[in-house]
Amino acid sequence: MANPNKAKAERGLMRWIDDRFPATQMWQEHLSEYYAPKNFNFWYFFGSLALLVLVNQILTGVWLTMSFNPSAEGAFASVEYIMRDVEYGWLIRYMHSTGASAFFLVVYLHMFRGLLYGSYKAPRELVWIFGMAIYLALMAEAFMGYLLPWGQMSYWGAQVIISLFSAIPGIGPDLAQWVRGDYLISGITLNRFFALHVVALPIVILALVVLHIIALHEVGSNNPDGIDIKAKKDETGKPLDGIPFHPYYTVKDIVGVAVFLFVFCAVIFYFPEGGGYFLEKPNFEPANPLKTPDHIAPVWYFTPFYAILRAITFSLFGLDAKFLGVIFMGAAIAVLFVLPWLDRSPVRSIRYKGWISKIMLVLFAISFVILGVLGVLPPTAGRTLLAQVCTVIYFAFFLLMPIYTRLEKTKPVPERVTG
Amino acid sequence: MADNGVNKGRRRFLVGATSVVGAVGTVGVAVPFVASWQPSARARAAGAPVQADISKLEPGQRMTVEWRGRPVWVINRTPEMIERTEALGEDVLADPESAKPQQPGYAGGHLRSIRPEIGVLVGICTHLGCSPLFKPEPNAEGVGVVDWPGGFFCPCHGSRFDLAGRVFRNVPAPVNLEVPPYYFVNESVIVVGEDGEGA
Repeated sequence: MANPNKAKAERGLMRWIDDRFPATQMWQEHLSEYYAPKNFNFWYFFGSLALLVLVNQILTGVWLTMSFNPSAEGAFASVEYIMRDVEYGWLIRYMHSTGASAFFLVVYLHMFRGLLYGSYKAPRELVWIFGMAIYLALMAEAFMGYLLPWGQMSYWGAQVIISLFSAIPGIGPDLAQWVRGDYLISGITLNRFFALHVVALPIVILALVVLHIIALHEVGSNNPDGIDIKAKKDETGKPLDGIPFHPYYTVKDIVGVAVFLFVFCAVIFYFPEGGGYFLEKPNFEPANPLKTPDHIAPVWYFTPFYAILRAITFSLFGLDAKFLGVIFMGAAIAVLFVLPWLDRSPVRSIRYKGWISKIMLVLFAISFVILGVLGVLPPTAGRTLLAQVCTVIYFAFFLLMPIYTRLEKTKPVPERVTG
Repeated sequence: MADNGVNKGRRRFLVGATSVVGAVGTVGVAVPFVASWQPSARARAAGAPVQADISKLEPGQRMTVEWRGRPVWVINRTPEMIERTEALGEDVLADPESAKPQQPGYAGGHLRSIRPEIGVLVGICTHLGCSPLFKPEPNAEGVGVVDWPGGFFCPCHGSRFDLAGRVFRNVPAPVNLEVPPYYFVNESVIVVGEDGEGA
């Protein structure tokens, strides 16, 4: 330090704060003395990237709110106003709309990392469950946000999803009307979705992110070998295979951020509509309750579950196909919550699991992608059959997991993390 | 004294009683917030019945009126259309006798209408709320079947309905199209959204 007095003054200021607020303690616990396994690989970028996209969504969202008009009469025009007349409005809106797709992309990769390395297994069950709650809140947030531009696909997409509620026997139609606040989707629905999208759900998501991180830092991060780094510590009590999150992983994550932003900016500047997948083409036409678009497809991140919904074309146990489809779609998400208790394998990571787990995970990932593609396309008999096959694989991956993870032969787990 | 003079029974009772009162209060406070999501008085007023003049509706034609923001089709069926529709049976239709409550009592039977030629249907597919296309001519293009008797085809998920709004078998839509409450004021004026006096 060139100026000892300045350093001394800074120490004095920190002590003054620390006596009143645990700033240094929090910095140490969560960053400079939070020991993460040293063998993180590519798959470990997506947690911090999700945080980055969340910040992007909140920042751009607040700015969009300044020019958006949440009414059936004004919403569509105000989005056009943002796009054409507001200074840099086009950029802020494209950051927000592309950010929504980017959010789901990084969250899906983040979740797949969890499946690969068994990050949901004890003692990280709550980390996983908080994460799933974030995912659920995120789907609600994205769904409600998509209604706001009040385009044709906004309107009819919401119509399809809200009518899912009316499939519930007995209370269904009243429940759907209660959600809409009208006999049809109207400005009333738009206004309440705006309130939920801008105020209520962001608060819920932020709170859940805090819980997710606190739970993670309580038990410590998993790693590609799925072994517990806290088992082997040096004489000072630091894990031998751990390195402080800051500066090691903060700096590593900056590389991930740079690559991510490169791709993100390329989309924003050159393909902001994502070929009709991020912003669907019918959404450039104002909502019209009397004219259904020829083909209604949800945005890509919902399509795997939408394909499962449509794959159910038969009645079972006295439940009609429509309600059964809703049940299957709900179950496809609900089953993820109990995943920590379905996996009975003695090892966490796919590296040491048996071949059945490996094949099942590959089949699951392939069928999830196929379902995603099918959900965008109009149904035909052949596609419905394919969706049914993929739906069976999707559920088999989870429901057979207690059997195959227990039966299969696992490889020995190393003492210390590898490469 | 071990419990320092604390009356544990009374303390437990007071904690319990306070919790119950608090829970009741919470439920009470939730009522206005939940009820606030019901359609407002203005929305209910806007959902009032609508009138339509059908004097210019030629046989074979369809007109669309808006009721509660939904398209309501009024079709004038020709004798040939009625014949083709009546000919359809249980082998192709899921609910040919309109057994499921998708229509007012006065609009039952095969044609699901008060007058055989005038059909009134809510133009929203019972699957997921799209609006089907009007394909009245036999063997029309783009409905996905060869032996098409004329009817409605939903482009979203491929559901098919006949000219009385009855759903075909093996399509995603579970039930027939809804028939709204309606009545004829006179020969050429129809009111949609309300049952007639005699109903």
